[in-house]
Amino acid sequence: MNDKPINNKAWFFVLPVLIIVLFSALLPLMTVVNYSVQDTIGQNSFFWNGAAWFRELLDPTTDLGDRFSGALQRNLLFSFIILIIEVPLGIGVSLCMPRSGWKVGPTLVVMALPLLIPWNVVGTIWQTFCRLDIGLFGATLVNLGFPYNYIADAGSAWFTIILVDVWHWTSLVALLCFAGLNAIPNAYYQAARIDGASRASIFFNIELPKLRRVLVIAILLRFMDSFMIYTEPFVVSGGGPGNATTFISVDLVKIALGEFDLGRAAALSLVYNIIILAVCWLFFTVTTHLEQREFRAS
Amino acid sequence: MSRITLDGIAHAYRGSAQRPEDYALKPLHHVWEQGMSYALLGPSGCGKTTLLNIISGLIIPSEGRLLFDDKDVTRLPTEKRNIAQVFQFPVIYDTMTVAENLAFPLKNRHMPKAQVEARVREIADILDLTPDLNRRARGLTADAKQKISLGRGLVRADVSAVLFDEPLTVIDPGLKWELRSKLKAVHRALDMLMIYVTHDQVEALTFADKVVVMKDGSVLQVGTPLDLFERPEHTFVGYFIGSPGMNLLPTAVTGNRARIGNREIQLETTYPSFTDRTAQLGVRPDHAILAAPGQGLPVQVQRVDDLGRVRLARVMLGDHPLVATVPDDMSVPTGEAGLIFQPGRVHVYVDDRRVEGVAA
Amino acid sequence: MSLVLEGVGLSVPPTEYLRDISLELPRGTMNVLLGPTLSGKTSLMRLMAGLERPTSGRVLLDGKDVTGVPVRHRSVAMVYQQFVNYPTLSVYENIASPLRVQKVNASEVDKRVQEAAKLLGLQPMLQRTPLQLSGGQQQRVAIARALVKRADLVLLDEPLANLDYKLREELREELPRIFAASGAILVYATTEPTEALLLGGNTATLWEGRVTQLGPTASVYRRPQNLAAARVFSDPPLNEIAVEKRGAMVTLGNGQQLPVSGALSGLSDGSYRLGFRAEHISLGVSRETGLNFHGEVKVTELTGSESFIHVDAGHGTWVCLARGVQELVPGATVDVHIDTRQLFVFDTAGHVAAVPEMAATA
Repeated sequence: MNDKPINNKAWFFVLPVLIIVLFSALLPLMTVVNYSVQDTIGQNSFFWNGAAWFRELLDPTTDLGDRFSGALQRNLLFSFIILIIEVPLGIGVSLCMPRSGWKVGPTLVVMALPLLIPWNVVGTIWQTFCRLDIGLFGATLVNLGFPYNYIADAGSAWFTIILVDVWHWTSLVALLCFAGLNAIPNAYYQAARIDGASRASIFFNIELPKLRRVLVIAILLRFMDSFMIYTEPFVVSGGGPGNATTFISVDLVKIALGEFDLGRAAALSLVYNIIILAVCWLFFTVTTHLEQREFRAS
Repeated sequence: MSRITLDGIAHAYRGSAQRPEDYALKPLHHVWEQGMSYALLGPSGCGKTTLLNIISGLIIPSEGRLLFDDKDVTRLPTEKRNIAQVFQFPVIYDTMTVAENLAFPLKNRHMPKAQVEARVREIADILDLTPDLNRRARGLTADAKQKISLGRGLVRADVSAVLFDEPLTVIDPGLKWELRSKLKAVHRALDMLMIYVTHDQVEALTFADKVVVMKDGSVLQVGTPLDLFERPEHTFVGYFIGSPGMNLLPTAVTGNRARIGNREIQLETTYPSFTDRTAQLGVRPDHAILAAPGQGLPVQVQRVDDLGRVRLARVMLGDHPLVATVPDDMSVPTGEAGLIFQPGRVHVYVDDRRVEGVAA
Repeated sequence: MSLVLEGVGLSVPPTEYLRDISLELPRGTMNVLLGPTLSGKTSLMRLMAGLERPTSGRVLLDGKDVTGVPVRHRSVAMVYQQFVNYPTLSVYENIASPLRVQKVNASEVDKRVQEAAKLLGLQPMLQRTPLQLSGGQQQRVAIARALVKRADLVLLDEPLANLDYKLREELREELPRIFAASGAILVYATTEPTEALLLGGNTATLWEGRVTQLGPTASVYRRPQNLAAARVFSDPPLNEIAVEKRGAMVTLGNGQQLPVSGALSGLSDGSYRLGFRAEHISLGVSRETGLNFHGEVKVTELTGSESFIHVDAGHGTWVCLARGVQELVPGATVDVHIDTRQLFVFDTAGHVAAVPEMAATA
């Protein structure tokens, strides 16, 4: 469908948006690309460096490459753990949420609350909550005898940031699944009852298949967000202890703003961006391919 | 189970009914016999779906008792009743093949595998699903999916009644014929009680042994399709059955003569006079035949519709519109014509109810 | 004023929704688009309205090329299957809405709304909202809204499909009368042959995105030009049988041979497909002329005024329509007779080779 615009003046309405996008997105992106292929010896003088930064980045023997590969592994591990926990938990929570009656409203509000809190506030809340001396959670764990110390112990740090993310984002998965479950017509449940199906059977044979599309979106969103994570781990553990919770984003900020190494930082950020785009593209292609195959078969 | 009894069943959605209008389903008594097929026919809001849901267990009636044979099942949950239900749209398990879909209810009841397979094959054969047994249920057409829904109900040995809730709604018109005759063939083969809800009179009349015509929560008439066609007990039944419905003319009846406007016709039976109540003469378009001018009652032809297999003429008898049949051998009538009512096919209704006359 | 489509097509790769459609619809006519679901009826109507642009061909209104003109600038009104009304406005405002957009003055709006409401029996309900009305009444509001617009082209996309059987009958009778005075070109899409016959006017049969025949409804019904048109226009479904004609004999699929008669006599030798409607089979009858078979009764369906009998004569199941009540027992053997004067004969490409000689008396 290619409708020719009748009124060319309409383009003027798009102009302000174009200008804003230009300044806030395109120009900065171009700047970063520019930095990634140049080197500087200070005093704002730049010379061409070609793909040197990229080669250094992808070579694990160099300092930069080593940091990158370590951070990348940590990112992947983090996203994997997050998905393993949040998706089943989200589905489980959505199954327990009431679907009709007066309880629906308050439940939805309570579920939405964690999503509304600014991310650095979330980090700060949990950081305080987990403090060993005055934090309710931290102090209780220590008093119960657990070797918990998110500042000094890498395991505890990971445990804490995973807990923060699960608390923060499971609601999203739960709300998406809730919407998906609500869309299942009642007749399916009635038919299952007549067929004598057990609750588990109803879940695996009716609910889960019908949640497929919703789960694809949920997994994609959660993967992207967790892969890009910055605020919460930074506020809670600052990337430590050592570099135990240093994700790519944390490292990037360190290199760019801490060490002021613009070339390397620019290269890193571009590679980071490309990885995310590649995963999303792969995901998208695979799911639409599956959907098309299903559509043609029906 | 040999019968289902409705003993004073009534339902008001708000719990207690103060006035007749509160009832979605007015109190009724009915016995459904094993092996028969019934249709619940009526316009939207007449209570047919409510009645079906009471029988299947999805609604607990606010009054009355439901008995399966002599057992009171009014409050028994659906899965414990020996019924199967087919819904308006096909309900299948997407992830399973056709065979697995059909086997599902049996597996849940822990039937031995060999028996399950045999039963699945038997039902698939009756429903012409055998070539598709190993295909994914998801990929089939709507009518095949409805057959699977039906099959899942029939596969259980303990099912004595199958309930259908407007099952042909999503089926393509071309395939409705096939599916309808398949349902009828299944009924004959399996000798089950089948109750079918619809607002389409052709579906009801072609499927059922007996049709229950409902309106506004009341049952107006229960009868075979022939009974309903030949002897509608209520003007609404006359109107609702038949396309187009029965013609109704205001009339004054004395003895065996009926006066319509300023014309009189002779009736086959004698009636008492009804001077103080509204009387109507009912005659179906199938039994009102157009004739040459001068024969029978004089009418003005307004329009003739050619429906291929029959031609219907819309005529005016004085001020009253009528639909009549044009005989095959008559050329297109216009203007003045005659109208003859087939003898014995004219009914007299008083206050909307049919009055039985005495043979003259 | 007429609507002309020249070689119009619509394709969105990989699907081709419409192919090479050429039609001319004159002013003040009722035109029925008859076809099964997914045959392209809705796509065609959307093209006529200007909601979509054809990928090939032209659309002309009154001789003017309006192919690229969007729907806002065309004089079109559309009624949908799903009773589309503004849920928050009263019935009065709903009907008045197109006039308010056109900035018609208040007294004229009132006059036209009252006129439309009267034609559709909505006067007692003007102050209610659509959700307080029944399905049939909601659809009447949608029709009234289309009526007040006084558009040149009124498109109705299966408008009665979601209504109860009897409501459908009533409204269907009223429709031609309601729009008669406006002189608009009416286009009505439906899947049911009976509706087309009752609406009259002209019918275009659609099959897989093509218009297979266009003409006055009764003649498309009686003289289909191709197998697709005959199939689309038959309810119960068309009965068919494949034959081979050699000289004075026809050979059927199972080897049975019958003498040639009626419509088959004038044909040249070759393979043909015979089509005959349910009302052209007779049971319990065997005549010298025509084709005779022995069949087994499968299912009988009685409606009181008619009986539908499904028989198997060795060539698939045929449906036979008989008047009145015919109590035939399933499983019984019965004589099946087909009057060859009533046959449709189609060649292997699906084009008609012979149609019934007996012209309709109507």
